[in-house]
Amino acid sequence: MQKYDDLTEFVLRMGDSALIQAQRLCEWTGKAPALEEELALMNVGLDLVGQARNWLDYAAELIGDGTDADALAYRRDERNYRNVLMVEQPNGDFAVTMLKQFLYDVWQFHMLSKLRESKDDRVAAIATKSLKEVTYHLRRSSDWIKRLGDGTEESHQRMVKAIDDVWRFTYDFLQLTEQENALIDSQVIGDVRDVAAQWQTKVNAVFVASTLTVPKPAEPFYLNSREGVHSECLGALLAEMQYLQRAHPNASW
Amino acid sequence: MYAQLVETGTKKLKTLDEMGPEERAFQERIDAEIKIEAKNWMPDSYRKTLIRQISQHAHSEIVGMLPEGNWVTRAPTLKRKLQLMAKIQDEAGHGLYLYSAMETLGADRDEEIDKLHTGRAKYSSIFNYPTLNWADMGAVGWLVDGAAIVNQVPLQRTSYGPYARAMIRVCKEESFHQRQGYEILLHMMRHGTEAQQEMVQDAINRLWWPALMMFGPSDEHSPNSAQSMAWKIKRHTNDELRQRFIDQTIPQLEVLGCTVPDPDLKWNEETGHYDFGEIQWDEFNRVIQGHGPCNTERLNARRNAHENGAWVRAAAVAHAEKKQKAVA
Repeated sequence: MQKYDDLTEFVLRMGDSALIQAQRLCEWTGKAPALEEELALMNVGLDLVGQARNWLDYAAELIGDGTDADALAYRRDERNYRNVLMVEQPNGDFAVTMLKQFLYDVWQFHMLSKLRESKDDRVAAIATKSLKEVTYHLRRSSDWIKRLGDGTEESHQRMVKAIDDVWRFTYDFLQLTEQENALIDSQVIGDVRDVAAQWQTKVNAVFVASTLTVPKPAEPFYLNSREGVHSECLGALLAEMQYLQRAHPNASW
Repeated sequence: MYAQLVETGTKKLKTLDEMGPEERAFQERIDAEIKIEAKNWMPDSYRKTLIRQISQHAHSEIVGMLPEGNWVTRAPTLKRKLQLMAKIQDEAGHGLYLYSAMETLGADRDEEIDKLHTGRAKYSSIFNYPTLNWADMGAVGWLVDGAAIVNQVPLQRTSYGPYARAMIRVCKEESFHQRQGYEILLHMMRHGTEAQQEMVQDAINRLWWPALMMFGPSDEHSPNSAQSMAWKIKRHTNDELRQRFIDQTIPQLEVLGCTVPDPDLKWNEETGHYDFGEIQWDEFNRVIQGHGPCNTERLNARRNAHENGAWVRAAAVAHAEKKQKAVA
């Protein structure tokens, strides 16, 4: 496994998470429950690929060995991917998809809000631009959690099941590492230490409004995205996403 | 064309003298190039023909997302991924405003979609062909959107106002898709490896004839054209549009350095057009009758999306009702 300096690792984490979340959204093409949702899912996906490109462009510059955003996206193995574990989880039904989207949106929203205050200009700029998009994503996913949680008996049960399946992956993005704390102390990135608490407050509020029960905080166990110890599904996702670049290593597209 | 063989429900063209006063006023309005609007009187057969054509067009946009969905998870770079996602999103958008234009005629979106799912409504034959390599994403943009544009540019002046106005926006976006598709192919031909260049030629070989079939049957086998032309729903015959498409596409093909799988294709100095070989109408008929290579998969995909989404739509309705009650 390749390890970079603290800032690069952090930037990769933001970019990889956006990219993998978007890749899962792409899988919805032609399968959404309504035409309006085809449009919305793709719209969110487009924003996230755009964000991923901005983060990965920056990561490539920081690495500085001639790599670029495409090489980082399409030629890294799963052990070198830094995305949060939740976004790589399979789409499941619309309840799982919207729950993952919502939990990720809340995290992104609070992270980006603080990252705008980073001393590192690029991080601040990408955060400022991304936050405008994520504000809309969060409004939309919150609405869907309420509709599904407080909709029909079936939709409520599906949300309960989705929470059962997904909740355990929330630990991974709510904790900060020693290296991330060092970045905060040196003010390279904004102070995101309160994000976990802010995330919990927002999730509680939306779950209560959706007649859903908030589970106990998730606990760490074995998997660790920062060390590239992902769930099995990431490998298959990357095999699909990276297929052309892997099959034609010298090609230009 | 995204609408092929649209039934008009008429046997023969009426003259102005044979029409009653309302129909005569309607036809005179059309002849004077004044748009028909939703609230204007119109013959039932005009209304039904338009509903058929616009719904077929909208269905085509939606089914057309599927062959691209086959590659969106495998797009080779972030830029190509963004382009393809944006194109798919545009198509969903086209579907939405076409269904809206159709609803101004009193049709119901859910009912028309049900007709698609039960095989009572058509969509363009082209989307029943598989997309087998990445170059197909370029060739679909260049040839399929290209053929659609040739058909849709005249539709911007079609007699029904809401349809004409929807087409103005659709055409702008389709032209963009076409240029983007061509650029995908040109890049692979100019900067690609031998394997990539083979992909491009392979994609053109497979999609060329199906793209020509998008214009529908030849004029002699197009029984509904005369009425659609009199109503100015249609502005040019199928064969005219097909010829226009070939004439403008072949020079672009030459810039690519590729060929089309038609030994009879050659420039005719006398007519000022390209001559081309006979279209395999048997294949066309098979595909529109439901026996193309992907008809089953495409329809199943649409039906599954609809069925799997039923509980989501039901939840949205139930939630909205609860909210309304809470306000009341």
